[in-house]
Amino acid sequence: MNKASPLDATLASFGLDPSWSRTLEVPSHDGAVHRWHLLGKPGTSDKAPVVLCLHGNPTWSFLWSRLMHELGDEFRIIAPDQLSMGLSEQVASRSYRERVADLSDLINALHISAPMWLVAQDWGGAIAMGYAVAHPERIAGLVLSNTGIAIPVNRRAPMLIRLAAATGLHRFVTKNTQIFVRGTPLLPGRGITRVQRDALAFPYRRRQSRHGVADFVADAPLNEKHVSFRDIAHVAEQLPNLDIPVRLVWGSRDPVFNDDFAHDLMNRFTNVALHRIADAGHLAVLETSVAPLVRAAIEEQAVDSPVPLAERSENEVATLWSQIDHWNNVNEIAISDAAADSSVTRPEFAARVATYAEELHRRGVHHGDRIAILVSPSIDLIAVVYACWRIGAVAVIADRGLGLRGLRNAVRASRVKFVIGPVRAGAAVRVLRWAPRSVFIRLNTLASAPVVSLVADVTAPEPRPDDLAAVLFTSGATGPAKGVRYTHRQLYAQRDALQRTYAITPHDSFVAAFAPFALYGPALGIATGLADMDVTSPSTLTASALDDACRRINATMVFASPAALANVVATATDSLTHLRNVRLVMSAGAPVPIKTLHSMSALCPDAQLHTPYGMTEMLPVADVSLDQLVRIGDGQGVCVGQPVEGCEVLVDTLNSEVMVSGPWMSAGYDSLWFTEYSARPVHVSNGQATKWHRTGDVGHLDGEGNLWIEGRAVHVIHTSHGAVAPVPLEVATETLPTVVRAAAVGVGPIGAQQIVIVVETSNNENGQASAQLSRDVRTALFPQAIAAVWTTKHLPVDIRHNSKIDRTAVSREMSHLLSGRKK
Amino acid sequence: MKVLVTGTGSMLLRGIANELINRGDEVVCLQRRPADAGINQNSKHVSADIRDVEAVTSAASGCDAIIHGAARVGIVGKWHDFQTTNVQGTENVITAAKKQNVSRLVFVSTPSVAHTGQSLVGAPATPATIGRKSSFYAESKAIAERIALDANSEHLAVLAIRPHLVWGPGDTQLIGRIVERASNGRLAIIGNGNALVDTTYVDNAVSGHVAALDALHVGANCAGKAYVLSNGEPRTVHELFRSICSAANLPYEPRHIPLVTGLFLGSVVERVWPLLRSSEPPITRFVAEQLGTAHWFDQRSFQNDCSWTPLVTLDEGFSHLAQWFAAQ
Repeated sequence: MNKASPLDATLASFGLDPSWSRTLEVPSHDGAVHRWHLLGKPGTSDKAPVVLCLHGNPTWSFLWSRLMHELGDEFRIIAPDQLSMGLSEQVASRSYRERVADLSDLINALHISAPMWLVAQDWGGAIAMGYAVAHPERIAGLVLSNTGIAIPVNRRAPMLIRLAAATGLHRFVTKNTQIFVRGTPLLPGRGITRVQRDALAFPYRRRQSRHGVADFVADAPLNEKHVSFRDIAHVAEQLPNLDIPVRLVWGSRDPVFNDDFAHDLMNRFTNVALHRIADAGHLAVLETSVAPLVRAAIEEQAVDSPVPLAERSENEVATLWSQIDHWNNVNEIAISDAAADSSVTRPEFAARVATYAEELHRRGVHHGDRIAILVSPSIDLIAVVYACWRIGAVAVIADRGLGLRGLRNAVRASRVKFVIGPVRAGAAVRVLRWAPRSVFIRLNTLASAPVVSLVADVTAPEPRPDDLAAVLFTSGATGPAKGVRYTHRQLYAQRDALQRTYAITPHDSFVAAFAPFALYGPALGIATGLADMDVTSPSTLTASALDDACRRINATMVFASPAALANVVATATDSLTHLRNVRLVMSAGAPVPIKTLHSMSALCPDAQLHTPYGMTEMLPVADVSLDQLVRIGDGQGVCVGQPVEGCEVLVDTLNSEVMVSGPWMSAGYDSLWFTEYSARPVHVSNGQATKWHRTGDVGHLDGEGNLWIEGRAVHVIHTSHGAVAPVPLEVATETLPTVVRAAAVGVGPIGAQQIVIVVETSNNENGQASAQLSRDVRTALFPQAIAAVWTTKHLPVDIRHNSKIDRTAVSREMSHLLSGRKK
Repeated sequence: MKVLVTGTGSMLLRGIANELINRGDEVVCLQRRPADAGINQNSKHVSADIRDVEAVTSAASGCDAIIHGAARVGIVGKWHDFQTTNVQGTENVITAAKKQNVSRLVFVSTPSVAHTGQSLVGAPATPATIGRKSSFYAESKAIAERIALDANSEHLAVLAIRPHLVWGPGDTQLIGRIVERASNGRLAIIGNGNALVDTTYVDNAVSGHVAALDALHVGANCAGKAYVLSNGEPRTVHELFRSICSAANLPYEPRHIPLVTGLFLGSVVERVWPLLRSSEPPITRFVAEQLGTAHWFDQRSFQNDCSWTPLVTLDEGFSHLAQWFAAQ
């Protein structure tokens, strides 16, 4: 317990409370007594659940400093330095088996009675798994981060470890120099601060103090002859027998323990879930805030719902492809692609789906396999998706609307076994390493396969309704794009909801100026048209292109994003005769200005204009028509109408967040266990448990049952007078004559934020607003205090819809500007 | 209640004294110069130097509370002058309070005691920092604030208030200087004018101090603490200057000085000016930092602990200012 004060000062300079640091004499299995250094918060109750954190190589207990700061006193958190590591005693070289025994010695000396949680990273993970296999009764659960137990099938040990362990290099890299110690925090990731880097290297400044580091690398069993190989292999074999919850918290950019290792572990445990952290690296537990995940892992086990989830539908459903062989009006067009100036009839489409399905199956795409469909909107895109559904493959659909970077992250995150697309996509997956180990299928080679005329003739077995059908990606307008999982049953329920809400009959036909929507055409059994436009920029849709797309299929319905509609209105001419036949125009993805709806109404005089509300996770949620909007008038936020039949809407009384539920709610998120856990609360009422989806939108229901959206929960401005939703402020600002578009954002710390209004004006101003405009905005928003009114030429918007304002980016920029620093 | 208010020569302390008198408190005003016309005649006046411990002690006779605002301000002068008035002066007030069994002391401080030169964005009141040589005023006030808060005990409750940029009709410091420069066509903005700066309309500064006095007692939540007081309505420097010029009916045509230039000029002026002139210089490093970087504060703890909210919004303050200018 001797503490030299220079060490205290050093620990304090690393942001560690010196009172957390202590040493413990631990009797060892080797007969000696070893001195361990550990971090732990004094004063936490002995009854609190124990969270024991085990670092890897070449780090020490400092690795857990962030978690220790952020995890509350409801847990007793202990982070030891392994022997020969950090500030613990330097001992002779130790093998894997001895390290597991060392951990056991320490746990015995700590007198931990109740089952504990082990949180471990890197080689600490392998040791923790070894301990868990040996003492399963003492473990409540595992949280593992960027670690591994065995080298995954079909790959070699991480190159960096092989390099560090290579004869001739090993001593130089790990012991004689600080290359390994200093290099580890510099691996790709969200970044480790200079102080953190110095802290991580602190115990390893001298050559002698690095022999533990060198030993650890030498103990990595790179081949079967290694002394620890059998011990580790034995632990790996035992993992499936472990009946404990395991949560994987994974930095996705780690070049050492990468996604392959995460999925290797996914296949070894029974109760396991993965949360993949975009952009984080090997030291994810230090780079990001993992305390909420650790807390959730523990809480999740504490509250097990005794009430089973209400089964929404017991009966078998029809399949998404069931109409393709038996389409009405056989000789009509099934799908028309205006950009390619081509179309297919209904029997032609059925043959194409059947042929592709048979050929994909023949090439090894089987039930449950994930396949990334990198095909731009076209007849083939729709045919490939239906072919995949028919054979039970999981279609990973990431459209170009995510941007190239978003697309890459989506493909990487979803770990596809196959990629299908044009040659260009093949280059991306190989050369740019989007999915280097996947099998690439060139799209145009499918067409030369032997023809199968009917989907019913495809030999592969059909999937079951609750099998996974698709992973769709959110637009990423409100954070990194997330993969959303849908089962066949859910997609079919969505198809039903659309048919019911919009009274779609076989006589309808449909132009989709937003590609993902075109996928529903064959399932609805209606002719589908794709308009000639740049999919990466919806605002490129011209009025004549839309009119032409309508002409090709005699369209009765049109779907277009708000940005696309705005451009249609802007480019309208007198000769748009085919738009006049449309009975229904739908626009969704972002709030649609009522001016745009009125102008569109003039182009399609017989059409009802509807704005469905929903999100990638559940669509539609609510719907409202222009006529209804006019009748309802202005209010707090944007009115999105009544919930559609079959959809339940609830507004959280605590934070006004809108929650939704219904048969077509998606299954959850892909490789984002924590996101899914937070976004999918289960509420029990009348003995029935219902799973809800937190939309991330805030709003309210009015007396007539209309839902009003006031903005994103993350965009709510937390002033010292309370929470302020941005949308009502924006709506009020947009009533000013010179204001084109407005964003209301907060600057400053949560709870003391100030409101800033940023507007695009018709005069194309830029910078601080004029005295007149500032006064007008403040008057319009009175009595809300507005710290600053700013003008800008372009508010940042998302790529997919071209219309959702990225308030997070606006807030970031305004915070910077208003601090007085240079742009 | 009987209250000793020191430093009533300033706009803020005079306002506080008048407010206390108007609501029926008995007030003793202590200032160096003879009483001026601005102070309500229903108060007792003591013309004395805060450095005179005897005079301060006798002025505190029979008082329940002291609001101590007497200070030497500005950058011109020797350390000795600042030390004796600001540090010793505060020690004298504490001595007087103890001798006369005064149970409450409100120390009028300044945000510059914790000034670091960094942007302050919704910042809390951090502890006073001592040991910077740059500004005698800030250094002496920082020492004085620590002495005052250290005196908080079970007999004497002490709190410190740091009002941020107090302005109002008749203010010679902020408003006076801007208006004078603007009318000479010499108004300059340091930096890009985008920094958000919190200010305090004088009526709010007055009511805030009075609320603090009322909330303060031995064992109170606010005892022993320092708070920043402001309107809680930051505006950009650009908009503040524009509003002030507009209130004074002057054109707003500022020159722009880059922040680095401003900081450099300020540093030079701070060293050279006191050797040449006895008046206050046109720019100092402190002023350059104040106007070139964000300075606004989290007002929640003060408003909660002292049960206070601002009475006058910034825009109302500007219209009061315009009326005052129109009447001049």
